Parts: sequence; structure tokens; C-alpha cells
Amino acid sequence: MKLTVEHSGNGVAIIHAEGKLNMVSAAQLREEVAATVAAGSSRLVVDFARVDFLDSSGLGALISGLKAARQAGGDLRLANTSDQVKLVLQLTNLEKVLSTVDDASTAYANG
Amino acid sequence: MSGSAGGRSRILVLRIVVTLTLLVGLNYIVWRWGFSLNWNAWWIAIPLVIAETYSLIDVSLFGMTVWKSQPRPAPPPAPEGLGVDVFITTYNETVELVENTARAAIAIDYPHKTWILDDGNREEMRLAAEALGVGYITRSSDWKDRPRHAKAGNLNNALMETDGEFLLILDADQVPSPRILDATLGYFLDERVALVQTPQLFGNVATGDPLGSQAPLFYGPIQQGKDGWNAAFFCGSNAILRREALMQLGLMRYVSEVEQNVKDALSRADRVLATARRSDVAGSPLVAAALNDIGEALSSARARLAAGEYVGMVTYDLQQRVDAVAQQLVEIDLSALALDLAALQSGEEDASSDAARTPGDVRLLREISPLASLESVQELIRSIDVDRSDEAQPIMPLATISVTEDMATSMRLHAAGWKSVFHHEDLAIGLAPEDLRTMLGQRLRWAQGTMQVLIRENPLVQKGMTLAQRLMYFSTMWSYLSGFAAIAYFGAPIIFLCFGILPVHATAGEFFLRFLPFLVLDQLLFAIAGRGVSTWRGQQYSLALFPIWIKAVTSAAANVFFGRPLDFAVTSKTRQDSGPQWGLIKIQAAVVVALVIATIIGFTRLLFGVGEPVGTFVNLVWVVFDIVILSVLVPAARYRGYRPEHEETHEIDR
Repeated sequence: MKLTVEHSGNGVAIIHAEGKLNMVSAAQLREEVAATVAAGSSRLVVDFARVDFLDSSGLGALISGLKAARQAGGDLRLANTSDQVKLVLQLTNLEKVLSTVDDASTAYANG
Repeated sequence: MSGSAGGRSRILVLRIVVTLTLLVGLNYIVWRWGFSLNWNAWWIAIPLVIAETYSLIDVSLFGMTVWKSQPRPAPPPAPEGLGVDVFITTYNETVELVENTARAAIAIDYPHKTWILDDGNREEMRLAAEALGVGYITRSSDWKDRPRHAKAGNLNNALMETDGEFLLILDADQVPSPRILDATLGYFLDERVALVQTPQLFGNVATGDPLGSQAPLFYGPIQQGKDGWNAAFFCGSNAILRREALMQLGLMRYVSEVEQNVKDALSRADRVLATARRSDVAGSPLVAAALNDIGEALSSARARLAAGEYVGMVTYDLQQRVDAVAQQLVEIDLSALALDLAALQSGEEDASSDAARTPGDVRLLREISPLASLESVQELIRSIDVDRSDEAQPIMPLATISVTEDMATSMRLHAAGWKSVFHHEDLAIGLAPEDLRTMLGQRLRWAQGTMQVLIRENPLVQKGMTLAQRLMYFSTMWSYLSGFAAIAYFGAPIIFLCFGILPVHATAGEFFLRFLPFLVLDQLLFAIAGRGVSTWRGQQYSLALFPIWIKAVTSAAANVFFGRPLDFAVTSKTRQDSGPQWGLIKIQAAVVVALVIATIIGFTRLLFGVGEPVGTFVNLVWVVFDIVILSVLVPAARYRGYRPEHEETHEIDR
């Protein structure tokens, strides 16, 4: 999986993910989030536009990232999620903790 | 074999015997409750009939288990290219023992990665792993000062560090066969299969198995029967699990636990706020205003959750609002501190002779600092979040509610709709305890863990499982309650022989007419279901270890309800190498003494014409039965460990 981090100011970082977010790439995402938070950006958006597969380990990595962001006073939100991903979030109840936004650039427009 | 004529007729006979046993048993127990209770001696009559009812339910659940007890057809061959992690869990086992298991794990034919999960965090184990070329995992720093959850925690930690699609879990002493993965991975072609459990057997067991270590009835007809109802259990080792299934469990538990935690913390919040207001010694308007702000934020969070808003967004907003309040206070606090310090300094200059007062003033200043009185509030607010900061990992795939994480986890897998498989082929060989003390400690832990699951997640009321699955889990839990029944079975003959009080109000003929057919069928059922495996030692231990079973129930209840540690009353763990360990079975020895004394009194009463002959005879037979049951402990206490006799080693099929 390919991850690129885009800093959009005000402590907001957008992580563009590309490929499969599964048990193989989960650790990679977790480390990328940890590094981004450690570098001072705790308000994160994971851009799902180019994610073509997601499993429970991938979701686990998102939760680990959410924890890291929350503990630094921020949050982790998902942008550009497909209907399939939305369905997975709904079935696992994770939609209750992982917020999804339509547009990565305005994910933290309201704070 | 399952489809063979022999298999079919065997199961048919078995089912007929099960049906007859239950009918005859029901007939007996209805007669006992309805027509033969000696109400004049209710204090022994009622406990005895309850114990008998307990045993009938136990047999019924056993009958239901073996109703579907059949070998499975061979699985499809293992598909190529699956990712498998082999986990060897260790805490305090010797390096040589773990190395031995690791070498066998490396030699497993199917491609895989091998990992040593060292919960003891030992440098020499790390070096051994490095030398063998296997992975080495210890707890991450996240686990510092947080609940460790024993083996479940060890495995959960390792799940985050690895990426195999399937996991083979091995206890440190379980040496696997090279075939273990090839023989089992084929089952996972069924996408709903989450678990394949294989038997556990032990190579260091002397002839006659004095400590009852081998469990061929459980890792045979019982697990096969549970498997028939899609309820084969995970038993902690020698099992293959699907990572995706475990992770799904972890995710679902995470959300429901977050919701529960947030709800609990919010309902505690008002009390904490009120306490903070009272303890605000300075009566500072700043603090009062801050507490009001926080109170409003909490009310708003509660209202939004009640309106169905998601816990993620609600807690985020709450944290942001409280952070803002705290930030404001910090600024005020700092400026106030600066002002006060300046005042103190200038005061010092003015009246330097009075310098002795200064340290006290500084302390006073700190105590009335607005932030200090907010600490408890901030702590509470911290817990109203979705990050599970009380746990090392937000996602805990293996259940942490019990010291027997295996049973708890497989129950949740079944409740989530996954399937399990029991594969009846010995594919690993391990080491059993070699002395009574260790064996008793192990049995106690299993029983405690099972009781924790029963109390915390009673299978009878869990959603998602079929009735049969619920009963299969309940059956195992029920069998651990036998300690209470044992008291009635040991006590009743003693009471009759000493005092002539019979709990049963009937003639001997009436009694035996109903009881003997049940007894005969019951033993026949065990004989047929056991398929040549002796079940007698198991029956002996289920009564003879009654103090252990009772202690398991009481300590697990104290743990769940009052948070007391499970090992609260555990005695010294130093192994007594000198002589038989009679001290461990004091209670049982006392029961034997009581039975013998009761026999003497019974004879004496008979000689003096006080005792009733038929009753005395029946109770003497009963005493003999009780003593035979308890006699299982004599070789167990005298057992001095395993010494290989001939070259008769258990070689597992390769």
C-alpha cells in the first residue's frame, strides 16, 4: 500500500492511501499515523479514494490511529469512502467512532 | 468412517441408550421429588435430591453432546499460498523447552513464520530465538501500567505485530508434528470456519495416568459431539485460527465497550463535579465558572448521545470544549501564580525578617490553585473518549474476561456466526504437570476461568448462538459445579450410619426398582460413548476434587463481583519434592476418616439393634463407593513424576 501525507496547515494532515488496506499493510498505516502525530499533526484525515480493499486488520489500524490522534488532542476521520466501505463501517458499528467526511480538505472546517 | 455402516449403527445404539437413560432418569427423579422425600429430615433430603437432579442434568447434557459424536470426513488438502504465523506462547518455561518446541515449529512442512511470544521478556529467550532464526515478540510499551490479561494479552499484542492470515497457537510445551498445518488448513476453504482445534495429549504420563492428565474423552467423543452441534471449543493450544474472525470480534467488542464506558463515565460525571465543587476550598469564582462550563459540556454530550448521535463525534466535541476550558484556566492560573509570586517576593523584601512564613504560603498557593481541584474532573473527562486509554490496545481480539480466554473467545466466535471444527488427530505432544500440587493448580485455574465466563457471559443468554451451542458451552460449565453435589453424596451415608436418618422415604425395593436401571444405563452410556476409552478416572476426579471445584466457584464469584484477585487464597507455590503431598488433600482425607468412623458406628448400631439392616447395608455399599471414588487421590499424592519405563514413547504420526 502506498501512503502519502499532505499537510494542509492548522495541524491537519491528510493521508492519501492507495491499494489494499489489509492485514499486510495495517502495520504500515499504523506507523505512518504514529509518525505524523509525533511530528505535531493530530488532526488527521485518511483519504480512501484509492483504497480498493479493506479488512478487519485494516480497520484495526484505523482504530489504533484514532487512539493516537485522540491522545494528542486530535481526531482521525475518513474521506472519500466508497459505499462498500461505508457498509463495512455500518456492519461493524465502527461508523459510531470513525467519522466520515465528504471532502478531505474541509474535514476540520468546524473544529 | 462417519458414513460407514459400523459408524451408523454405533450412533444409533448410542442414541437409543441416551434416550433410555434420560427416560429412566426422569422417572427416578420425578419419583424422588414427588413421592420419596423424607420431609422430617428435609435438611439432608433436599440437598441430596438437588444433588441427584444436578447429576441427571449433567448426564442429559452429556447425552446431548454425544448424540452427534461422529468423526469428520477428511478435510480437503491445504490450499497453497496461505500466510500462517505459528505462535509459541511462553511465560516462565525454560529456554530449552521453548527451543525444542520452536525447532519442531520451524520444521512444520507448510510454509509459515514462527514466533516466540515471550511474556517473561527474557534476554536469554531473545538470544535463543535469534539463534534459531525465529521471530521474537514481547509486550509493547503500551502495556506498561495497564492490565496485562495474561495469555490473552500476550496473543493480542502479537496479533498487532504480525500479518499472517492464519495463526497456529502452541503452548510452550506442545511440540507440533510437521503435518499439523497440511492436515488442518483445508477446513478453512469454508470461509465461515474460524477455528480448527486438534487434541492435546501428553508424552510424560506414567502408565495408569495417576494425575488424570490425558483427556481422551474430551479430545474425542465430547469435542466431536460439540463439533456435531457446531460448538467445538478453542482449548488454548494446538489450534488454528482465522485472523479475520478474531479481528472482527475485536472490532465489535471495541465499539460496544467504548459505548458502555462512555455511558458509565457520563453517569458518574455529576457526582464527580459535585465533589469538585465542594472541595474547591478557595471558593474561587474562576473554578466555579469552569466547573459550570464543564457541566454544560457534559449535559450536552449526554443529550446528543440520547438523541442517537455517534459516540465518536460527541466525545471529540466534549474533549475540545473541556480542553478549551482547561486552557483558559491554565492561562489564568499561570498569571495568578506570577502575580502571587511577585507579591510574595516584594513582601519578602519588605519584611525579610519574617521569611519563615514563605514556604507555607507557597504551599497554600498551590492548594488553592484552580487546577488542583479540577484534577479528579479532568481524570474523569479523559475517560470519556473512544481511545480506551485504560487498556494497552483498543482492539482486543482474544477475550480478556477470563483466565480461560480460549473458551470465552470461541463462544464469542460462535455468537458472531463463525464455525469451528474439531479435527480428531494427534498433531502435537506436550508435557503434563508431574506433581499433584501443579496439577491441582492447573485444574483450579481452568475451573475458575470457566466460572468467570459463566458469570460474565452466561452462554444461555448470549445472542447469536443456537440453543444447542448455548447448551454445549453450558454443559462444560455445569460439570464444574459437581463439587457441591459431592458434599451431599459424601454426607448422606455418614448421616444415616451415625444417626439412622434416611433422606429417602421409601422401601428398599421401591428405591432400587427405580434407581438401579438408571445407574446401569448411565454407566452403559459412558461405556458406549467412550468407545473403549475408560471414563472411570474422570468420574472419580469429578467428585474427588470437590474442594477445588467449590473453591473455583467461590473465588471466581469474589473476583467478578468484588474484584478480588483469583489467587487470593493460593498457598505457597514452592514445590514439595520430599514425600507424598498429603497436605493438599486434607479435606478428602478427613472425609475418608468420617466415612470409616460412620461405618463403625453403623455396625455398632446394628449390633445393638438400633440400626435398620437394609438401610445400613445400602449405606455401607455407598460408603465403599465413596471411598473407591476418593482412592484416586492416593496414587496421585504419591506420584513422584514421570520416569520413562521402556522405550515406550508416544510417537506421533508423521
